[in-house]
Amino acid sequence: MNFDNNLRALVTGGTRGLGQALVQQLRERGVTTVSLARTADVDDPLFLAADVGRDDAAGIAARARELAGGPIDILIHNASTLGPVPMPALADLHSRDLAHVFEVNTLGPARLTRALLGPMRAQGRGLILAISSDAAVHGYAGWGAYGASKAALDSLTRSLAAELEGTGVAVASVDPTEMNTKMHRDALPDVDPGTLASPSDIASRILTRVQRTPLPLRFVAEAV
Amino acid sequence: MLRAAHQTRPWRATRVLDRYGVSSITELATRFSPGDLLVLNDAATVPASLHGQVAGRSVELRLVPAIGAPFSSARKAVLFGAGDWRQDTDTREPPPALAIGDRIRIADVSIEVLQIDSRSPRLVTLRFPFEGDSFAAFLYREARVVQYQHLTSALALEDVQTPYGGPAWSVEMPSTGRPITFEVLDQIRARGAKVAWLTHAAGLSATGDPALDQMLPFPERYLVRKETVRAIRSARRVIAVGTTSARALEAAQDAIRTGPASTIEGVARNKIGPSTPLAIVDAILTGVHSPGESHYELLGAFVNEEELARMHRVAEESGLRAHEFGDLMLVARERPTRPTLARPRRRSP
Ligand SMILES: NC(=O)c1ccc[n+]([C@@H]2O[C@H](COP(=O)([O-])OP(=O)(O)OC[C@H]3O[C@@H](n4cnc5c(N)ncnc54)[C@H](OP(=O)(O)O)[C@@H]3O)[C@@H](O)[C@H]2O)c1
Repeated sequence: MNFDNNLRALVTGGTRGLGQALVQQLRERGVTTVSLARTADVDDPLFLAADVGRDDAAGIAARARELAGGPIDILIHNASTLGPVPMPALADLHSRDLAHVFEVNTLGPARLTRALLGPMRAQGRGLILAISSDAAVHGYAGWGAYGASKAALDSLTRSLAAELEGTGVAVASVDPTEMNTKMHRDALPDVDPGTLASPSDIASRILTRVQRTPLPLRFVAEAV
Repeated sequence: MLRAAHQTRPWRATRVLDRYGVSSITELATRFSPGDLLVLNDAATVPASLHGQVAGRSVELRLVPAIGAPFSSARKAVLFGAGDWRQDTDTREPPPALAIGDRIRIADVSIEVLQIDSRSPRLVTLRFPFEGDSFAAFLYREARVVQYQHLTSALALEDVQTPYGGPAWSVEMPSTGRPITFEVLDQIRARGAKVAWLTHAAGLSATGDPALDQMLPFPERYLVRKETVRAIRSARRVIAVGTTSARALEAAQDAIRTGPASTIEGVARNKIGPSTPLAIVDAILTGVHSPGESHYELLGAFVNEEELARMHRVAEESGLRAHEFGDLMLVARERPTRPTLARPRRRSP
């Protein structure tokens, strides 16, 4: 999908880190972009206060459309939670926390996709991009809930892609690799931030890649 | 008497009655051919029922669709008394009598009564203390979906969306579209027929007050996109999906027929009945309606009384389900009777 002034996007988790960079760069490319997060950004007229893990997806979809002034063409599932930090081993993880990680990282995005998909199909145009993680593919101690929720998000993306073949709605997930953000500091506070990629660099790679076809089902941002 | 559907059903369970008999929704596409255009209402449904307190008494507000911006602070609503949707709207306790300036409390929010309609004290204009997205956020947090007494369990917001719904304009679901999934739409397109969308703010189906029910449907906002205007002009037969789609198309008839090929916005004030000449719509796909209902009256604009009565008999004999989440009826005019249609026809090559 080529970005232009006629497109509208919704980026969840748009107030920090990668999400903020995606919002800014989409806007620079002319795309009317709604930024969603739980904590209000009072300076952004296209900010939508909501919790993807809790709020009704039909409501988020309707509000995003209303703020954007028309149908959402690009949906980026970027908001995500690690669960409790420091990240406990699965043996120590409360089932409530496990469920919450899935609500935010997997089920919320699945509901939001469903709520925004109809108008995309009606128009025969759309892009749904899920921000995944290396933890979706590899097992790391302490990353069980997060990794499983991202693996499930990848799996939903694959099925959705198969269901939407030929409809004009493109679907993919991307591993953004390690970036210098709050989430990374929360997970691994001892890592030297100088060794990490900047979220704006990764955002620019991701947006460049999704404008090229064919779009792979899953890609790694660094390998673009 | 027709029975209502008691619960939401999978879309594939929907049956469709037309002049040839009853078939499955999965065969709906076979009824259409090149030159046909189906026009669907893509309005999404907002939760529009709010429970509050006024002077120590309970009141339910059901919002009437906005005529202007969907989330402007001044909003009309119909009041219902204590009780809930499990009771028949006609037998519920009347709402408390309100005066201008009264305040209704909902959660921690105070809503002011701005106006009371002269025709019924149940129809009021309220001022909410917010506008735009904060009003929308309040509604999606505090309001519930308008419920139907014929159902056995309460509906969630997700239950009252159509597969393609977008703009949050409706307070009740434009329900004909619910089983018209993209699978069905793709089958229709594969037959060479076309589909297009308009947006129409579908309003309340019942008010609990006979005086107000007489006034239904209220004026409702609509928007017909320019692609849809073009598609209508080049179609040989226009099939409205749902009564709201039919109402919008007929309300917009002058602009559709003679205006420039641009997006049309307006407020529908028309009421379609047996004596209404139809200018745009040739057929309608709608729920199964019974004599005495305003939607049955509307069908009288398409076919004569005998044919309607005959279809209704077949619906009863086949055990079709009425109301929201029920079955459908495809009612087509015998022969388009427009004598002087200014609408340009498909040019022959
Ligand atoms: N950083 C990395 O090294 C790395 C590596 C691999 C993958 N990722 C993935 O990249 C994406 C972005 O991560 P990031 O590092 O940029 O994270 P971040 O800096 O922590 O930012 C997260 C954003 O999401 C919002 N958010 C969190 N929970 C939310 C909820 N329940 N509902 C709505 N918004 C919510 C946050 O705002 P509020 O808190 O105000 O809601 C914030 O805007 C995530 O999907 C993450 O899993 C990151």
